[in-house]
Amino acid sequence: MALLDVKDLDVRFAVRGGDLQALRKISFSLDKGERLGLVGESGAGKSVAAFSILNLIAKPGYIAGGQILFEGQDLAAMSDKQLRKIRGNRIAMIFQDPMMTLNPVLTIGTQMVEALKAHRRISTRDARAIALKKLQMVQIPSPDKRLDQYPHELSGGMRQRVIIAIALLLDPEIIIADEPTTALDVTIQAEIMALLLELCEQENVALMLITHDLGVVSQVTQRMLVMYSGRIIEQGPTREIINDPQHPYTQGLINALPQMGEPGARLYQIPGSMPSLSRVPSGCPFNPRCPFATDQCRTSMPNYVHSGNVDVACYEVAKLIEQEQSLQEEDR
Amino acid sequence: MSAVTASRWERFRDSYLWYSFRRDKVAIVSLVVFVAMVAAAFLAPVLAPTDPYDLAQIDIMNSELPPAGLAGSDPAFPLGTDAQGRDLMSTILYGTRVSLLIGFGAVVLQSLLGILFGLLAGYLGGRVDAILMRIADVQLSFSTLMVAIIVGAIFKASFGNLMFGEIAIYLLILIIGIAEWPQIARTVRASVLAEKKKEYVDAAKVMGFGTPRIMFRHILPNTLSPIFVIATVQIANAIISEAALSFLGLGMPETQPSLGSLIKSGFDYIQSGSWWITLIPGLVLVVLVLVINLLGDWLRDVLNPRLYKG
Repeated sequence: MALLDVKDLDVRFAVRGGDLQALRKISFSLDKGERLGLVGESGAGKSVAAFSILNLIAKPGYIAGGQILFEGQDLAAMSDKQLRKIRGNRIAMIFQDPMMTLNPVLTIGTQMVEALKAHRRISTRDARAIALKKLQMVQIPSPDKRLDQYPHELSGGMRQRVIIAIALLLDPEIIIADEPTTALDVTIQAEIMALLLELCEQENVALMLITHDLGVVSQVTQRMLVMYSGRIIEQGPTREIINDPQHPYTQGLINALPQMGEPGARLYQIPGSMPSLSRVPSGCPFNPRCPFATDQCRTSMPNYVHSGNVDVACYEVAKLIEQEQSLQEEDR
Repeated sequence: MSAVTASRWERFRDSYLWYSFRRDKVAIVSLVVFVAMVAAAFLAPVLAPTDPYDLAQIDIMNSELPPAGLAGSDPAFPLGTDAQGRDLMSTILYGTRVSLLIGFGAVVLQSLLGILFGLLAGYLGGRVDAILMRIADVQLSFSTLMVAIIVGAIFKASFGNLMFGEIAIYLLILIIGIAEWPQIARTVRASVLAEKKKEYVDAAKVMGFGTPRIMFRHILPNTLSPIFVIATVQIANAIISEAALSFLGLGMPETQPSLGSLIKSGFDYIQSGSWWITLIPGLVLVVLVLVINLLGDWLRDVLNPRLYKG
């Protein structure tokens, strides 16, 4: 059984004139110690997915259906009290902007001790010792000093290290990292990513990495999900998807990356932009921008088909697979 | 060895608060005057030549003596005496003490109420917010003084004058505290609304902290600076409210005078030439309120980053 098993998760936002569906029945799983990447444009529903896993969707959002099974228990059906025991303790989260995620008026030590005390019966002295150990783990310079410092006294990179230390504080099974390096310098980004990868491997923590950066996904994760308009349109082993993307959208994303071999070449652009939640087209949400769109794509939503180890939701891919199979049969 | 973890005093000395204080002459003078007045008021039993509460020390023959330097003054009473023959300096010292006690007490009470309701309204939102803020709106639509007068009158009628005199300080704290809490509640609510959208609140939720902990331990400390500013100004307001109530006869009884009841007791004699009984406590009241307001202004300038002056 997978550590985390999300089944048909349906998240909606109640707005005037009906509900907006932010997550359209997404399903995925995460094994112990596995690293999963979640990519997509802004507004595709990546962060909503992350928050829904902890059942922390803010009003007017709500979970309309589906299950979030963590070790077999459904987080979507849990009471707030039960959820609090899991949040931070078993599933930790790292946010985008290290400048904002630490409370500006409390010292680093206070915040870490508080987190430990909220989940364990522990003396302040022991809690500080654990906090210090975790700060050492994230390789922050002079960790003992940091405990008594306020967030504004640290640089952005150091703060993100502190945040990683806080995420690791209670030895969680899963860390959800929502664009953990977006707000950092490019040079620091690589350092922080490497650190996060190393610590997850070392502590055998499952990582769910949400990012725009396909480069990071390909280096860090073992499997990836591609999201578009609240749907997972392609998921499978990272290497297979990066090397041989099936869905036209994923192909477009990867073609939009600058290639080392062709300096000066114009980058590919996917025409148009992602529809807002209130005007998602019928059928496959990608159809207005898709070069292969047919009438079928405009009327009904494609189901997942298997291509190797990859699941893709696309009629065009399904057709190609059928053709291939019939060719193979003719050969026989 | 470098002092890495600076002591509290060193931190304070390096802080922007201390830096801007040192450069602001108005703030320095205000603080000095304020501290001197508070010290004098609370040392009243030591400093005052006579005890105005002790009827045995009062001689009616000394009534309405003018302050030193005027014809007919008595050197034993540097600021003159009131209509009952009490030494005005002593009564002012004791009266300032009563006024300050009521001012601070009322602000503590209204801060407690205001912070609690403001936090609940701002953080929980929805129905709680609507109910609490409508109560505040309703209360704000009456004048503070009117609420205080009604409550005060009811208390006075139900307890009787003698009993009222004994518990007057507490009652005034209660009345002014309850009458003014919406000011603080609104300020707190506004800052909570701004704070609760920040990511550290999400981070605290993700850490599995409960709602009370997030409200009081994480959001409240971040809203303290506006609370400090408004509380300072509210001390001045509470002192004025108390003076106004006393002036109207709903405040401190004349046997335990506050600045307001001193002004009132002199007001009856102002036409007969004994202006000092009203004027001197009045001046003390004005100076006290002025320095508190000046300190409040300075605090607002320092704590509000949008008002930084290059």
